[in-house]
Amino acid sequence: MLQYFLKRLLSLGLSLVAASILIFLALEVVPGDPAAYMLGINAQEDTLNALREQLGLNGTILQRYLSWAGGLLVGDFGTSYTYRTPVSELIGERLWVSLPLALYALTLSTMIAFPAGIWAASRRGSLVDTGVMGVTQLGVAIPNFWFAMLMVLVFAINLRWFSAGGFPGWDAGFLAGMKALTLPAIALALPQASILTRVMRSSLLDTLGEDFIRSARAKGLTKGQAMWRHALRNALIPVLTIMGLQFSFLLAGAIIIENVFYLPGLGRLVFQAISSRDLIVVESVVMLLVFAVIVVNFAVDLAYALVDPRLRRRR
Amino acid sequence: MSLLTIENLSLTIHGTPILKDVSMRVEAGRILGVIGESGSGKSMTAFSVLQLLPHGAACCGRIELSEQDLLAAGEEELCGLRGKEVGMVFQEPMTALNPLQTIGAQVAETILVHERVSRAEAMTRAAEALRRAELPEEKFPLSRYPHELSGGQRQRVVIAMAIALRPKLLIADEPTTALDVTTQAQILALLKRLVSEDGMGLMLISHDLAVVADLADELVIMRTGEVVESGSAYHLFRNMQHPYSRALLQASGHVPERSGGAQEVPLLEVRNVVREYQTHLHGWWGKTTQFRAVDDVSFEIRKGESLGLVGESGCGKSTLTRAILGLEEVQKGEILFDGEPVIDEHHANREVRRRMQVVFQDPYGSFNPRWRVDRLITEPYHLLDAPPLGAARDEAIAEALENVGLSVDDRKKYIHEFSGGQRQRIAIARALIIRPDLIILDEAVSALDVSVRAQVLDLLADLGGKYGLTYLFISHDLSVVRSITERVLVMNSGRIVEEGPTDRVFDEPENDYTKQLVAAAPVLPADVA
Repeated sequence: MLQYFLKRLLSLGLSLVAASILIFLALEVVPGDPAAYMLGINAQEDTLNALREQLGLNGTILQRYLSWAGGLLVGDFGTSYTYRTPVSELIGERLWVSLPLALYALTLSTMIAFPAGIWAASRRGSLVDTGVMGVTQLGVAIPNFWFAMLMVLVFAINLRWFSAGGFPGWDAGFLAGMKALTLPAIALALPQASILTRVMRSSLLDTLGEDFIRSARAKGLTKGQAMWRHALRNALIPVLTIMGLQFSFLLAGAIIIENVFYLPGLGRLVFQAISSRDLIVVESVVMLLVFAVIVVNFAVDLAYALVDPRLRRRR
Repeated sequence: MSLLTIENLSLTIHGTPILKDVSMRVEAGRILGVIGESGSGKSMTAFSVLQLLPHGAACCGRIELSEQDLLAAGEEELCGLRGKEVGMVFQEPMTALNPLQTIGAQVAETILVHERVSRAEAMTRAAEALRRAELPEEKFPLSRYPHELSGGQRQRVVIAMAIALRPKLLIADEPTTALDVTTQAQILALLKRLVSEDGMGLMLISHDLAVVADLADELVIMRTGEVVESGSAYHLFRNMQHPYSRALLQASGHVPERSGGAQEVPLLEVRNVVREYQTHLHGWWGKTTQFRAVDDVSFEIRKGESLGLVGESGCGKSTLTRAILGLEEVQKGEILFDGEPVIDEHHANREVRRRMQVVFQDPYGSFNPRWRVDRLITEPYHLLDAPPLGAARDEAIAEALENVGLSVDDRKKYIHEFSGGQRQRIAIARALIIRPDLIILDEAVSALDVSVRAQVLDLLADLGGKYGLTYLFISHDLSVVRSITERVLVMNSGRIVEEGPTDRVFDEPENDYTKQLVAAAPVLPADVA
């Protein structure tokens, strides 16, 4: 088990290094000089140079990469070109919107998908099953930003239950904050819940067809007992994989949804940073997202080992 | 009064008739053997008793367990009987256990479902049940997971699960089909012991007459959902009335007629071959050890010879096959085909590869389901520099199909349109199409029913004579090897432990392992076969 953990940890570290190099190189080849962008088209050559020096844009690629990556290690993300404040502060503020949003959406999608998937699988071929499959088909097909706008129209404009956008800040109270995140979280969760329901259903159906379920039934367990005690945990492995992947979709999907709802989250930050060539912010946010995705998948790997004793011994 | 009475049982699944008027009885303390080929309805009869039938199944007739009508019983009542009064053991021990639970928990569950006892007490009794199934706690702690056990050991866990509450009736559906012969003998002995100790009735389902012959008191022979013949085992074996029963008996001891013989020239020479694998052990950075799958093996096959290679799972026969086919390099020694090495400069030698072909066990898994037969059987053409095209290709396909007893019209069909035996014929056609000298048959008839197996063996013997083929026949089934080979190698833990003419090796084995293997193989009574 310890060995499994250490090997996963090593691969996590290597993935992060590889990701940082890729992100850095990708933004290197993007056209557009941040210094020129900040000073406008009439800027003098020497002012530009001075600014480049100040921003750390001079020097070889390797030097710049090392100073950026070295900064990341100690939590120094650099200074934003446009906001002129430390990137870590910018990210810190916005993380308090984006992270709760992603977790809220993940919780919602799990809470919908698990019961729906189990329900559909346990009544395979019935009206319930057909209904659940139909609804999830729709949920996968509908683009979430369109669904978001539809919800704004219904719940904010017509019914006036929620505000159409914006975020009051956590200072306004936990409930007020959660309320502002509810519509965005539903919009994010809907397609994910639909996919997860389908995965849960098919994985459970596969498991229910396994020989050991027949063994369990031969012992005298009822259908329900066999499902809860034997099928569910076995069916969880593919579901965990999808959940791990979905977390990254939730973070990335937030870029669009945060813009629809005017939420001051990471998605909006990176969107604005891209349009103003604030490369240091883009790099840092993307790196953070990558970090989150890799860490979540690391957690999923560990969860596999908890669920499946066969993996604990593996190389 | 019988323990279990099945009378005029008919079963349909979604309207398709599966069983017709099936009747049989199991007495307490006796063993009923139910014999039939695939599709005979023997497993469905067993599932009917427990009412564990697939969706859309409808039963009529009468099934009584100690005078309790099972067909009239409600689901709750049935749950109370399953595991308590009737235990069941299945064919596939590798998948019959939940991989995520310990063996102790799974055996204890049988007790916990039916009795109000503490978990600790259930575990104690589970340990006792496992001990009766010959898995003592000292050697096999209750905290083991199924993947840490071998196939035979897992089957013992399944048996322990089934007998934990000392049921009156045990149903064993092909309990040893997936196991090696020596393990099979042990499991059958265990079942026999449990029957005599507990006075339990046993319904033993098998496709193998020899397995049942040794054990059963009464016998039922089934075919396409009907009982064709039944009676006391002793009497029935010696006095079979129904033509199907007789055909079945003949097929299981079938010896194909072979013509042609081995020349003195060697075709394949295997010299001091060693193949090792690295295995990882636990520990910090996974210390590696060498596992010798094939350990200093030497033998040769003469042209036109039919050589058998027998051994149990894990003995290294598959590794050896891969090495002969040039799919894997060996660490030491050499393999020569007609004087040429099978691996040349780390690549399979094409000159040699086109002269040998292989037929595998699984007639389902070894074909691409999206290809038509003509494309499937011409696959080996990629080994030729100038494969036949156009009319020549069509002719070759037609000839290959006719050679194996199929029709030219079959060439445009997909593989799912054929039965298991037909698929194996297609596999043989595929091997034959480039006219190889050597065909390696890796458990090629093991998955087939006895009557189909007999036909395929005849076909192989025919083709061998017609094209002067050399066969390497790899199998765990001694009776098959005996019927089709003239010389045999016995392999154990990577080594060839005995070699000689097939009849001599099986009649007077010299090596201890061979003796064990021969003794464990189920045989029909001498006065029957």
